Amino acid sequence: MFINQVSVFIENRTGRLDVVLETLKEANINIISLSLADSSEYGLLRMIVSEPERAKEVLKAKDFSARLTPVLGVKLSHKVGQLQILLSEICKAGINIEYMYALATGNDDASIVIKTTDLEEAAEVLEKSGVELIHSGEL
Amino acid sequence: MIWNEAKECMSRDEMQELQGKRLVKLVDRVYHNVEFYRKKMQNLGLEPGDINGIEDLHKLPFTTKNDLRDNYPFGLFAVPQSQIVRVHASSGTTGKATVVGYTRKDIEIWSECVARAFSQAGLTRDDIIQVAYGYGLFTGGLGAHYGAEYLGATVVPMSTGNTKKLTTMMKDFGATAIACTPSYLLHIAETLEADGDLDQIKLKAAICGAEPWTEQMRLQIEEKLHIKAYDIYGLSEIMGPGVACDCQYHKGLHVYEDHFLPEIVDPDTLQPMAEGETGELVFTTLTKEGIPLIRYRTRDLTSISYDKCDCGRTLARISRFKGRSDDMLIIRGVNVFPSQVEAALLEMGETTPYYLMIVDRVDNLDTLEVQIEVDERFFSDQIGELQNLTKRVAHTIQQAIGLSVKVKLVEPKTIERSMGKAVHVIDKRKLV
Repeated sequence: MFINQVSVFIENRTGRLDVVLETLKEANINIISLSLADSSEYGLLRMIVSEPERAKEVLKAKDFSARLTPVLGVKLSHKVGQLQILLSEICKAGINIEYMYALATGNDDASIVIKTTDLEEAAEVLEKSGVELIHSGEL
Repeated sequence: MIWNEAKECMSRDEMQELQGKRLVKLVDRVYHNVEFYRKKMQNLGLEPGDINGIEDLHKLPFTTKNDLRDNYPFGLFAVPQSQIVRVHASSGTTGKATVVGYTRKDIEIWSECVARAFSQAGLTRDDIIQVAYGYGLFTGGLGAHYGAEYLGATVVPMSTGNTKKLTTMMKDFGATAIACTPSYLLHIAETLEADGDLDQIKLKAAICGAEPWTEQMRLQIEEKLHIKAYDIYGLSEIMGPGVACDCQYHKGLHVYEDHFLPEIVDPDTLQPMAEGETGELVFTTLTKEGIPLIRYRTRDLTSISYDKCDCGRTLARISRFKGRSDDMLIIRGVNVFPSQVEAALLEMGETTPYYLMIVDRVDNLDTLEVQIEVDERFFSDQIGELQNLTKRVAHTIQQAIGLSVKVKLVEPKTIERSMGKAVHVIDKRKLV
C-alpha cells in the first residue's frame, strides 16, 4: 500500500546534489520522481527510486544521511478538480498533509506522492472514497 | 596622572621588599585558613616558615582553574562567609562556574586598582564615564563601576545591549569616557557614524578590555572617535578588570604588583622564565582576603619588563597578549571553553558528539557558529523538524555558555576526525 521514499540531507554546497545523482547512477538505480525542499543552508532531496533499500545503502556508503519514509502514491485522472476532491477527503478526516509532489509513472493518468500525519488512516480514507493507490510493485 | 605615586613609582628594591612581606603573610593566612593550600604545601613538605620573601616564591605550588572547579563553590575562600560581601562568577571549563568572593577590603583594593587604571587614561573626578560592560556575575560592569566611583567621576551604568540609548546619552550627557570591550566600542563608533553624530560627542578616552584585541584595532578606535584608547586587563580569579592597564605611552600594561605579584613561567616545564621571554602569566594575590590564590596560572601568554616607564611608573609591564596556553576563547567578552559546548551536546543527546565552532567578527561584533552533523539517527525528512532540532541545539548551547549561537547542520563526516587533539574551533578573527 505504501511506497518507500528515499530522503537525503544535502548541504547547500556546489556539487552535492551531483554526487547523490552520480552515486545512484553508478549503482544503476533509476529515479522515478523527485522533489527538493530547501532552506537557506540545506536541502532535503526526496526521491521515489527503483530500489529504495539499495539506494539508501549506497548513499550511506558515501557518508550521506539517508532514510526511507513510507508515503502514499495516488492515481488521479486528468480532470479539473480531481486533486481538490482527494484533498478534501483527507481534510475531512482531520489528517494533515506534510508534503506532496508529482509522481511520474509514464501512464496517461496524473499521479502524486503524499506524506500525511497518519498514513494508515489516510490510505483507508482514500481507498474508501474510491481513489486508486499505487503500489510499489507498479513503479 | 598617577593615582598612588608611593606604590606605583617605588624602586624595585622597595617593591620586592613589600611583595616579600605580603607574600609571607599571605602564605601564613592560606596555610591556616584554606585546607586545599595546607594539604598542597604539606605534600611538598613546605611550612609557612619556609617562605621568607619573594625569592622563595618558586617553592610554592601552582593553582589552576580546575582547582577552583574542584572546590566549587566556596572551598578556596579564606574567610568565613559572613565576611564575604560579594561574589562574581565566570565560565568554568565544563558546566560549573568559577566562583570568587570579595571582602569589603577586597572591593576597596579592587576599586583603587581600577581608579589607578582610569588615572592612567587621564581621567579624574571631572569626567563622566559610561560603563558599558555587562553588569552582573561578570566582573566587568561592577568592577569598572566601583573604580570610576572611587575615582570620584560621574558614572553612567549603561551595561550592554542598548546601543541607541548609549549613543543618545553619550551625546546628551556629554560623556567624556567609556569603559567597554573594544569590539563593542567599534560597533558604537559605527552607530555614531551612521547617525552622523561623530561630531556631537565629547568623548576623550576609552578603557577597553575583557577580550583580546590588536594594536591596529586600538589605533582604529582612536582614529575613528578622535579619542585615546587604553588597554585594561584582568580576570575574575585574580580580581576582575584592573589587574593591569597601559598608560599614554602604550608600551605594555602596568601591573599593580603591590597587590598582584606577576611571574612568567614556561607553560610546559612550569620553570620561571627570564625578563622579556614569552611564557604563561602567573599571579599571586598578595593582599586578597576572600579568595587568595597562590601562583594562579592565567593561561595568557605574554612577557614581562621591569624597566621604568616614560610615564614615571616603575611597575612591571606585561606586553600585549600573544595567545593562550589552553583552548579558552573570549567571545563578546565571555569566556568560552569548547568543552562546555561538548558537555552540553552530550547531555542533550540529540546529535553526534562531533562539532565545530567557527568564531568570526562581523561588523566588529563576534559571531559564533556551531556546526553539527546530521546523523541518521536524528535525521528527519521534514524541514520543520530539522529546524526544531537546530533551535533546540542552539538553546542548549546558549544555556551552557551564555552566548547566542547560530547552529548549522552539516552532512555526516564533514567535521574532521582527528587521531590526536580534535580541531573543535576555527577562529577567523585574527586577534594575535
